[in-house]
Amino acid sequence: MMIKLSGGKVYDPANGVNGEVRDVFAKDGRIVAAPQDGRFDKEYDLRGRIVMAGAIDPHTHIGGGKVTIARTLMPEDHAIDEVAHTALMRSGTGHALPSTMITGYRYAEMGYTAGFEPAVLPANARQAHMELGDIPILDKGGFVMLGSDDFLLRSMAQQKDFSFIKDYIAWTMAAAQAIAVKVVNPGGISAFKFNQRKLDLDEQHVYYGITPRDIILTLARGLLELGVTHPLHVHGCNLGIPGNVETTLATIQAAEGLPLHLTHIQFHSYGTEGDRHFSSGAARIADLLKKNPNISIDVGQVMFGQTCLASGDSMRLYPTSKHADPKRSVVMDIECDAGCGVVPFRYRDKSFVHSLQWAIGLETFLLCEDPWRIFLTTDHPNGAPFYTYPHLIRLLMDRAFRKDMMQKVHPDALKNSTLPMLEREYSLFEIAILTRAGPARSLGLKNIGHLGPGACADITVYKDNADREAMFTKPELVFKNGELIVRDGTVIKIVQGATHVARPEYDPAIEKSLKEYFERYHTMRMENFRLSDEEIIEGGRGSIVVEPTGARVS
Amino acid sequence: MELGEQSSTELYENVTCPFCGILCDDLRIERTGDQLKVLNKNCGQSAAGFERVLPPAKPQVDGRDVSLEEAVKAAAGLIKKAQLPLYGGLGTDVDGIRAVLSLADRTGGVVDHALSEAQFRNFNVLQRSGWIMSTLTEARNRADLFVIVGTNVHKLHARFFERVVCPPSSMFEDPPAKRTVVFIGEGLDTSAAVGSRIADVVNLPCKQSQVTEVLLALRARINGMAVSPSEPEAPAKRTGILSTLLPHLRGTSAPPPEIAGIKLSEIDALAERCKNARYGVMVWAPPGLNFMHADLAVQAISDMVRDLNVTTRFAGLSLGGNEGAVTAAAVSGWQTGYPSRVSFASGAPDYDSYRFSIGRMLAANEGDLLVWIASISPTLVPPETRLPKIVLATPGFRSSQQPAVFIPVGTPGIDHAGLLVRCDNVVSLPLKNLGRSRLPRVADVLAAIQSAL
Repeated sequence: MMIKLSGGKVYDPANGVNGEVRDVFAKDGRIVAAPQDGRFDKEYDLRGRIVMAGAIDPHTHIGGGKVTIARTLMPEDHAIDEVAHTALMRSGTGHALPSTMITGYRYAEMGYTAGFEPAVLPANARQAHMELGDIPILDKGGFVMLGSDDFLLRSMAQQKDFSFIKDYIAWTMAAAQAIAVKVVNPGGISAFKFNQRKLDLDEQHVYYGITPRDIILTLARGLLELGVTHPLHVHGCNLGIPGNVETTLATIQAAEGLPLHLTHIQFHSYGTEGDRHFSSGAARIADLLKKNPNISIDVGQVMFGQTCLASGDSMRLYPTSKHADPKRSVVMDIECDAGCGVVPFRYRDKSFVHSLQWAIGLETFLLCEDPWRIFLTTDHPNGAPFYTYPHLIRLLMDRAFRKDMMQKVHPDALKNSTLPMLEREYSLFEIAILTRAGPARSLGLKNIGHLGPGACADITVYKDNADREAMFTKPELVFKNGELIVRDGTVIKIVQGATHVARPEYDPAIEKSLKEYFERYHTMRMENFRLSDEEIIEGGRGSIVVEPTGARVS
Repeated sequence: MELGEQSSTELYENVTCPFCGILCDDLRIERTGDQLKVLNKNCGQSAAGFERVLPPAKPQVDGRDVSLEEAVKAAAGLIKKAQLPLYGGLGTDVDGIRAVLSLADRTGGVVDHALSEAQFRNFNVLQRSGWIMSTLTEARNRADLFVIVGTNVHKLHARFFERVVCPPSSMFEDPPAKRTVVFIGEGLDTSAAVGSRIADVVNLPCKQSQVTEVLLALRARINGMAVSPSEPEAPAKRTGILSTLLPHLRGTSAPPPEIAGIKLSEIDALAERCKNARYGVMVWAPPGLNFMHADLAVQAISDMVRDLNVTTRFAGLSLGGNEGAVTAAAVSGWQTGYPSRVSFASGAPDYDSYRFSIGRMLAANEGDLLVWIASISPTLVPPETRLPKIVLATPGFRSSQQPAVFIPVGTPGIDHAGLLVRCDNVVSLPLKNLGRSRLPRVADVLAAIQSAL
């Protein structure tokens, strides 16, 4: 069926389209060029509407063990947002840690058609994909976590051949069905198991003798040479510690020109100035980013209210657990592979620290000039639940609104940040880059995040509204693969999205070492560690899209 | 998969065992026709599970043999009529639980696993304070001290010691360091704590019901607090527990001699071992702590582990999880936000760990239909009830009360492929189809019932 979306104002940065009024055609789930004969089966009159590709969240904790631990930990938070089933939709719970079905519905109702789980532990990858499989509508994918797994650290300490390490990275991506690789507190999660409580960029792991710098460089170079599109996704050292801006600046310099993506950088941008020895480092980071085009970031914006910290960073979440609200937390050491920490948390606008965190996130958005290298995230649920995005977009697009909101936060926080001086307002084109084109380009998603011919017909249509929060909260129409799934902000049809993966080449001989390693040390066989394609697609839970990778170097 | 010929033999490697929560996945199994043989037998429970001969079983309605279609239709009829169907048992795999939750959501039912009473000893603590935990592989390679708390682990999980406590090698030392194993509680089988990896075995044999008291005393001593002795024949445990909490009596009297029949000096020695451990692990299985208010024992473990982590590394390790109990909690957790004991009667998930216990509801005559699922072990039978029952179970299931509808189903990991979540709630394993029978999956039967509503 040929559908025509006529007369909308189209923002499609990947194809250089900036607010032009034009028609968009879709057929059999794909965007197509205008038909020669001018015929179509159905038309949507979109005059006065804003048209963008479906939005992509490149960093959102929506599936996998720690999310379900967090869900189990906070029953009282669900009780305020229990959602009944309808003839079409399943029931579930929402608020800070929405259940899987509610996650899919609410993202779609906000015009999002893809979300990526950034912390898939290899040992927990099967469960992560089970949970992602239970999220309807969205396309999804996972970033597999490496860097505190004993196999990598041992191999580095033993100075194994670099091609061996690359084979291992690629094998792990295949085994965990991942599209990218993330490192979390490089080496630190492992070091914590040896009772090391802190690991700075050039500090040695007490057992392996290697440093976070070594690990970042090894993984970043490995991914580059494997041809994986998304650069190493880095959750750096010293998360949340005042003064960690120095570590972040040093990490950018440590990259030596290698591509890196620094995630939830807000949590890594803290200085030690001022009476309270806590200040914003956002300006210094933005400055260094200008000089280092190899670095991209996402923000991890904080919003006020109840949420839950959920991270692989057991080393840093363990001390944070004393600030838990409500007072409970989970910390885990996991399978000689990784770890996790889950800490319920409430950001308060009357708190100096939380207000400054809020301000630092906004500063980061407003100071970073290149929208292609910054993505819009709250690091759901760490900074805030994902449905605060429309509010965040308004903060970025509407200076007067932002100044109003500044009146509500702790006044001293603003004195330690440049935010009150920043006048920038984001344009719709820039928002479309931050939420569509940028993440798609960075993750190597060929057919989503844009509206060119051949793209999946994932399309979001908004009523133009000066109140950008209202506009982005409730799109008028959302199409997934050409099917109308949301009307006036409500799901009207349930579909199943695809799982995006990347499969760089590896020498299958790596399995000989791995098989022996698993049999000697693990409680699981290598053969059972690997996820098969059938596990992901069976039962009608969608399909697998293998995104292209570049040629492997050596 | 086609069934093999009677005469042909198939060999399956790296087979996962669904018969306990540890999910060993290194089995080699041979199938001849519908007979399975475990070639590397290390565990009686597993061998018995795989090699059990399935008696013939047909779908039945009121005791009459019927076709599967008729049984599905009859089940759908009963569920449609029910005001408050109770979905219990839940001995099934990930897809089975997905199907249960879908049906319960649609029909306004209550969902609760048969073994959740034990699991709530953990969930109560998780939802009250949280905890610091480890997993099987981490403990296997890293622990220098195992404290087994009140649980007859070797009986519940016959290969736990072989695979986690006594493996021949460790990732971090070569030759591997020796470990200390401490047992708290009487009547625990310590026979598996032997071999080259084991240094000391310490027994602190107290009554099961006094395990909490010993844990609280241990925690007090770890924190340098004085404790008062138990009354020698104290019948009231509560007095004993409270008495151990009396703080700071240091120096005012002679050191108390005993707590729950254990010399205080032994508790002190264990406190020192815990403080000096590089990576200690406290092990329990929720079904093993089978006494009143056993969640307080889990709470004491959680609190003590937290205290120890101020200076060293220590973690809990919870076992159990048989009959897919951990799997049910995980899937329910991600689909509803709640681990078990969820009611969909209002249309939305509603959680109450007391009210929506199916055991309690049946005893109180609540609900009007019981849908019971036992696809793993035939011994997972429901409590006696006046309610009509729909039972989906592996052949061999026998309960004293005849169900209104009985549908024989396959066992995940034998009759069909599937997925289960392991006791440590991190790792999940694939289960193979060993081709024993063509019995349908729980997930497919429930889906058929749902579409017949």
